[in-house]
Amino acid sequence: MEKRTLYDKIWDDHFVTSRDDGSDLMYIDRHLVHEVTSPQAFDGLRENNLKPRRVSSILATPDHNVPTTSRDNNLDGIKDPISKLQVTTLDENCNEFGINQFKLDDMRQGIVHVIGPEQGLTLPGMTIVCGDSHTSTHGAFGSLAMGIGTSEVEHVLATQCLVTKKQKNMLINIEGAIENGVTAKDITMFIIGRIGTAGGTGHVIEYSGEAIRSLSMEGRMTLCNMAIEAGARAGMVAPDEKTFAYVKNRPMAPKGDLFDKAVNYWKSLPSDEGAKFDAIFNFKSEDILPQVTWGTSPEMVVSIEDEIPHTSDKNILSALNYMGLKPGTKIKEIELDQIFIGSCTNSRIEDLRVASEILKDNKISKRIKRAIVVPGSGLVKKQAEDEGLDKIFIDAGFEWRDAGCSMCLGMNPDQLNQLERCASTSNRNFEGRQGYKGRTHLVSPAMAALASLEGKFSDIRDL
Amino acid sequence: MAQISNTYSGKIVCLDKANVDTDQIIPKQFLKSIKKTGLGPFLFDSWRYEDEGYLGKEESKRTLKNDFILNNKAFSNANILIAKENFGCGSSREHAVWALKDFGITTVIAPSFGDIFFNNCFKNGILAIQISKSNLEKIFSKQSETKPLEISVDLVNQKIFYEKLFEENFEIDPYRKKCLIEGLDEIGYSLKYEDEINKFEQKLRKERSWVIND
Repeated sequence: MEKRTLYDKIWDDHFVTSRDDGSDLMYIDRHLVHEVTSPQAFDGLRENNLKPRRVSSILATPDHNVPTTSRDNNLDGIKDPISKLQVTTLDENCNEFGINQFKLDDMRQGIVHVIGPEQGLTLPGMTIVCGDSHTSTHGAFGSLAMGIGTSEVEHVLATQCLVTKKQKNMLINIEGAIENGVTAKDITMFIIGRIGTAGGTGHVIEYSGEAIRSLSMEGRMTLCNMAIEAGARAGMVAPDEKTFAYVKNRPMAPKGDLFDKAVNYWKSLPSDEGAKFDAIFNFKSEDILPQVTWGTSPEMVVSIEDEIPHTSDKNILSALNYMGLKPGTKIKEIELDQIFIGSCTNSRIEDLRVASEILKDNKISKRIKRAIVVPGSGLVKKQAEDEGLDKIFIDAGFEWRDAGCSMCLGMNPDQLNQLERCASTSNRNFEGRQGYKGRTHLVSPAMAALASLEGKFSDIRDL
Repeated sequence: MAQISNTYSGKIVCLDKANVDTDQIIPKQFLKSIKKTGLGPFLFDSWRYEDEGYLGKEESKRTLKNDFILNNKAFSNANILIAKENFGCGSSREHAVWALKDFGITTVIAPSFGDIFFNNCFKNGILAIQISKSNLEKIFSKQSETKPLEISVDLVNQKIFYEKLFEENFEIDPYRKKCLIEGLDEIGYSLKYEDEINKFEQKLRKERSWVIND
């Protein structure tokens, strides 16, 4: 029999038909919806007298525009009327079409890419889409998960299919155990540094090797989350016992015999020995040190031991000009104004545990004007509070917030002031991403927590 | 979907920057719009204006940055955007394409694109063309500060050309080409295959019933 990759298998099991114009229809199992990229899609349905084809495949939640300071006033807590309209528009669309929504006042509300896995909505072998490029996160479960545009959101709502063509297979293999203090975030940033932000364009990335297998499910989500920053719409990790254990007993996961039947199928998904990949990269764990970005693209990244490279490239010089940095500056010399722990990359319970461990019995540096921690969902927040993590953060000088995308992109009031420099656990260091003229350095939660204590970047391995 | 002419010529504007992400094409504050229209004035907002923009801010009250190419009056009616590698990387926001379209851009030419942006272009009747680096360099070397070059696009024969400087064939998926030329309704087109979708779903209910949770 033909040897197939994990992606090949999921593709084959979701291929509906080829249209006569040469494109293919791929069936979509799950569709996550949020307030920013869906209003125009629902308008399109109404204009054409269409309805969502399979409402049970959809879960909606507001996450980008929501305030993180307090939920006491529910929708009235959204001060910006334009943001509020977007959130109430989602409410109206979900009501009109009978779509399940975790509303702002629901304990289960949170970042779409946190709540999907948390609820057991995300399962191995599935096709999952969302009008958000970080949908790649769900690939951690061995699913094919892709960000799509709003036109595609409308198309999936109406047809339960995506018009697509098969992409190429890429394997990124990392052998050897990762060093203590090095995390999934460092691995994924290291990969982007090596293959570039267009390295994975046109490919689905499968991550493999000892370093990947040893990651927790949270770690694998962080890893796959940033596949899009390497240019790939989807990144994935083959499902294994860790995956099944994580999924078991989640509210929306199959139960009893059906769960066993599903596991049986899921076990057939990992790439066959000898399956063909169009591109293969091999990296060694020992080369991966804690990473820090210094520019305005995720590929502008070095290790904590390094300095900003010398260059004559005008794109890089323009990035450094924006960042207020110079070639040759040591990463450990960069002083910070703000700290952000959160986002669909790093706002899960494990991330908060790691950061709080470093902050315990410590105070953030006087240099730091503000440090905030934004749990990925209401349930992550509750669990952290049950474990007493909120107290550790607050005692150290952090603000303990409510769930949402927050300062990853600052569509809500959580933003950097002009020229402020932030150590952030998010995924993009683009110009203006966290606030107009704000400066972002991407790091792991451990590195962000340590930076909050020192007021500048330090090596987590020295702790 | 919007239709595009089979052959056309257009004035070009060259953006000399690689890895332009969709956050730059349209910054986050404009994603709060629930409409597809009206985003043109905010295209490349942080690069185009001295002040920070927001939805509804009047263009006449804003200060333009003199050194940004789109603010050069000679290029004010350019409709073909020429860019460098990996144009439109990052966020999936279709607002980036809506802003380009609202500004009057009909065609984007670059050596490579972000996958999602590339896809979004065609859904909105914008032709995205991958060009060789050598011809891209030729265009950049010929562009003038005062008079925009004109480039011709022949979509049917998949060619772009500029006087005697170069002629290049480009690749385009047959279904994207058909959609652009015929202005097809993509959803209507897919719904012609409803029987196949129904059959697939029935099979799915039988073989992987945990997927269908209703």
